[in-house]
Amino acid sequence: MKTIATGNKAVAEAVQQARPAVIAAYPITPQTAIIEQIAEAVSSGTLNSRFISVESEHSAMAACIGASLTGVRTFTATSSQGLLYMHEMTNWAAGSRLPIVMANVNRAVAPGWNIWADHTDSLQERDTGWLQVYAGSVQEAYDSVLMAFPIAEHEDVLLPVMVNLDGFALSHIFQPLETVEIGDFIAPLYLPHAIDTRDPAGYGVLTGPESYFKFRWDIERSMRDSVNVIQSVQEDFSRRFGRSYGFTEDYLCSDAEVVVMAIGTLGKEAEIAVDLLRAEGIKAGSMRLRWLRPFPELNLAGREVVVIDRSYSFGFGGVLATSVRSRINREVYSVIAGLGGQEVSYEDIAGFVRRRCIGREDWFGMNGHV
Amino acid sequence: MKIPAEEFLLKCTAACAGCSDSLTLRYVLKAAGPDTVLVVPACCTSVIQGAYPYTAFNLPVVNIAFAAAAACASGMSEAFRALGRKTHVIAYAGDGGTLDIGIQSLSGAFERGTDFLYICYDNEAYGNTGMQRSGGTPFGARTTTTPMGKRHQKKDIDAIVAAHAPPFMATACPAYPQDLFRKVRKALTFRGPSFIHVLAPCPPGWRFPPEKSVEMGKLAVKTGMWVLYERRHGKLFLSAPSKTAVKNPAPLEEYLSPQGRFEGMDGADIEALKRHIAENLLKLASEEAKE
Amino acid sequence: MFEIRIHSRGGQGGVTASRLVALAAIHDGKHATACVFYSPQRRGAPVISFVRIDDSPVRIYSHIQNPDLVAILDKGLMETVDVFQKLKKGGKIFINSSEGKIFPGFSSIHADLTQIAHREHLVVAGYLILNTPLLGAFARMCVVSLDSARKAIREMFPDPRNIRAAEAAYGEISP
Repeated sequence: MKTIATGNKAVAEAVQQARPAVIAAYPITPQTAIIEQIAEAVSSGTLNSRFISVESEHSAMAACIGASLTGVRTFTATSSQGLLYMHEMTNWAAGSRLPIVMANVNRAVAPGWNIWADHTDSLQERDTGWLQVYAGSVQEAYDSVLMAFPIAEHEDVLLPVMVNLDGFALSHIFQPLETVEIGDFIAPLYLPHAIDTRDPAGYGVLTGPESYFKFRWDIERSMRDSVNVIQSVQEDFSRRFGRSYGFTEDYLCSDAEVVVMAIGTLGKEAEIAVDLLRAEGIKAGSMRLRWLRPFPELNLAGREVVVIDRSYSFGFGGVLATSVRSRINREVYSVIAGLGGQEVSYEDIAGFVRRRCIGREDWFGMNGHV
Repeated sequence: MKIPAEEFLLKCTAACAGCSDSLTLRYVLKAAGPDTVLVVPACCTSVIQGAYPYTAFNLPVVNIAFAAAAACASGMSEAFRALGRKTHVIAYAGDGGTLDIGIQSLSGAFERGTDFLYICYDNEAYGNTGMQRSGGTPFGARTTTTPMGKRHQKKDIDAIVAAHAPPFMATACPAYPQDLFRKVRKALTFRGPSFIHVLAPCPPGWRFPPEKSVEMGKLAVKTGMWVLYERRHGKLFLSAPSKTAVKNPAPLEEYLSPQGRFEGMDGADIEALKRHIAENLLKLASEEAKE
Repeated sequence: MFEIRIHSRGGQGGVTASRLVALAAIHDGKHATACVFYSPQRRGAPVISFVRIDDSPVRIYSHIQNPDLVAILDKGLMETVDVFQKLKKGGKIFINSSEGKIFPGFSSIHADLTQIAHREHLVVAGYLILNTPLLGAFARMCVVSLDSARKAIREMFPDPRNIRAAEAAYGEISP
C-alpha cells in the first residue's frame, strides 16, 4: 500500500507487521512517535503485543532480555541518552545471544542538551556485538526493520540488531512509503536456548577465565556468519518485494575517481553533491554505508576517498574515517560534519570533495576549515 | 511572610503559555534567594531555561542526566559543606525524573541524610517529550502512551519519601503561592533532606486553556485530588486550603470535566478514582485527628 | 523543484500543513517530502515547516535555502522572525490575514484563514486549526490541485468542516 509517512511511523508500521510479543520502551525525543504509535496499536487491539511502559531505558533493555529469554520476539526503541543509559544492558543482550531488534533514532550526546542528528550514540555501541544498519530514507527505515527480525533470529546469528535513523532529519521527515504484505517473510522465532522448566539451565552464570573467552569468540563467529545471512535476507526481500539493498548504497561509483562516504541522510544527500560535481567534470561517486556491524568489504580500489563523520572518537579520529582508513590501508580525507544536527547541505558536501586534502582531517565550521 | 520583589526567573523563558512549572519556579527562587544552585535533570525546566548562549534563570543551574538529579545534588551538597558554605542546593525535577527514572538516586540521597531540598513539580506525565504517561499520571488519564486512559493509580511518591523519614516534606501548588513560598522557606531551615511535591497543572498536557492553570490547581485542592500539607519530622499538618476539602471535598467531576485528558472516562473508572481519593483523604484526616 | 517554507506557532497546525501539502502533491503525481525544524515540544513557540515538491524523488534532507513560497500563519511572527529570509526573487508570499500587504519584488496573497477556522469551528485545545484552509489557499495558488487537496484532507482529516474550510479559503482568494 502506497502512503506517506515519517521515519518514525515507518518503523512503527514495520514493527506491527513483525508482531513482537513484548515491547518495553521509554520515551525520549526524537523517538517518541514510534512508541506512541505502538501504544495506540496495542491499546486499540490492532497489535496483539504486551507493551510495558518501563521506568528507564536500562529497564527497557532488561525487560526485553527477560522477555526474549522465554523465546518470544521483542522490540524496543531509544535514542542518545537513552541508549547510553542502556549500555550495560545492550552488552548484556548481545552476550545473552538474543535476537532483540531495536530502533535507535540517532541523536547527539549531552551535555549540552541537543536533540538533533548525530551518530555518537550508536557508534559508541559498536563494540557490543549488536549488528547495526543505518537507513537513508523512510522507505529504507521500514524495510530495514522488517529485515532485522529474520537476520537477528537466524540460527547462525542470534544476535540483536539495531536499526538506526537520523533524528529529525529522517525520524520526522514525511516521505512516500510503500508498505508490504509480509506473508511468511519473517518465519516464527525459534530460540534454541529459550528457558525451559523441563530442561533447566543457568543463564549468564559465573564464568571463569578458562571459559569466558570462548563465549566472546562465539559472538564474533556469529558476527562473521551474519554477513551471508544479511545477504540472503536482503536477496529474499528483493525477490518478494522488489527493493534491493546491499551493505552499501553506491551511486555513480563504478567510474568514480573520488568517492564520498557517509552514513544516514548525509549519505543520501551526498548523491546530489555528486550530481553537481559531475556537471563540473569531477568524476565523483557516493558510497553510503548501510551496515556498520558487521563492517563490510569496501570496493574503493584506485579511488580517492572523502569520509564524512557525524561523530568522533576523541584522541583518535572520526569513527568512520579511522575504520575506512584501516580497512583500505591508505589515507583518506576526513571531514567531521553534522555534529549535533549541524546543517550540512549537498553544496557543503560538494565543497568537501572539491577542496579535499588526502591525509588531512577538517572539522566543518571550525577555524575557517572547509 | 512578605514575598520579595526580586525576580530570578527572567523574561523570555521558553515556557508554554500558562506553565505551572514556571510559576512554581518563580516562587521557589524568590524563597531561596541568590545563594542557591539549582540541579535540573531532563525535564521541561531544562528547556524553559532557554538555549545557549542565554539562560533565563538568574542563578547557577547545573543540568544533569535524567536519572541523576538527586545524586548530582548529593555530591554538590557534600562539596559545599566541605568548603564551609551554606549555599542552598535544590534539585528541581519533574515527575518522570523523580517517580520513575530518578527514584533510585532520590532514595539514595534521602537515605544518606543529604543536606538538600528536592522539589518535584508534577505535571503528571512526561511533558518535555510530548506527554507520555509517567508513574505520576493519575488513574484514567489519557496520555500518548495510555490512549484509553491509564489503568494504574498514581504512584504515591509522598509515602515513599516519608518512609525515608526526612525532617521536612510538604505538598504544594502554585495556585497557592504564599503557601508554596512559606514551605520552601521552611524546608531550607532544616538540615538534611527535604522534599516538596508540587502539583503543576499543564495546559497542553491536561488539555485545558492556558489561562486556567491557577483555576485547575484550586479545583485539584477543592476536590481533594490534591491535598496540601506538610510533615515536620513525620508529624502531619494539613494546610489551610485543604482543611475543609479533606472532610468535605467538592465533587470530583468539577476537576475532571474541564480537562481533555479525562474526557470519555467511564462511570466505573470515575468511581474507582473517587474511592481511591476518598481512601487517601480518610487516611490523612484520621492521622491528623490523632495528633 | 518547488520549495515552500511555512511559518506558524506551535498548536496552529503548521507541521500538519506541510504534510497535507506533500500528500496533495503526491496525489497530483509528483514526488514530495515535508519536514519541520524542531525544538523540544512547546505550544505557542514559532515553528518552521518545509515542503519540497519535484518531478523526481527528493533526496534532500538539509533545510530549504531559497524557498519559492513563504506562508505565514501567524502575522505576529513577522515582528520576531525573519520570515522572508532568502525568499527567491519574484517568489510568492501567503499571509493569513484579512488584509493584503505589498512586498516589493514578491507576489503577495492573503486570505483570512483564522476567520474561516472560526466559522467552521475548527478548534483543538483552544487553538484554531489553520492547516486545512491553508491547503485550499495553496490550491488557489496552483501549488496543488483542488481535487488532490480535497483527497489529502479527506485522508488525514475526514471531518467535513475541514474540506469546507479549504474550499472557503480557495474561494476567498481572487485569481
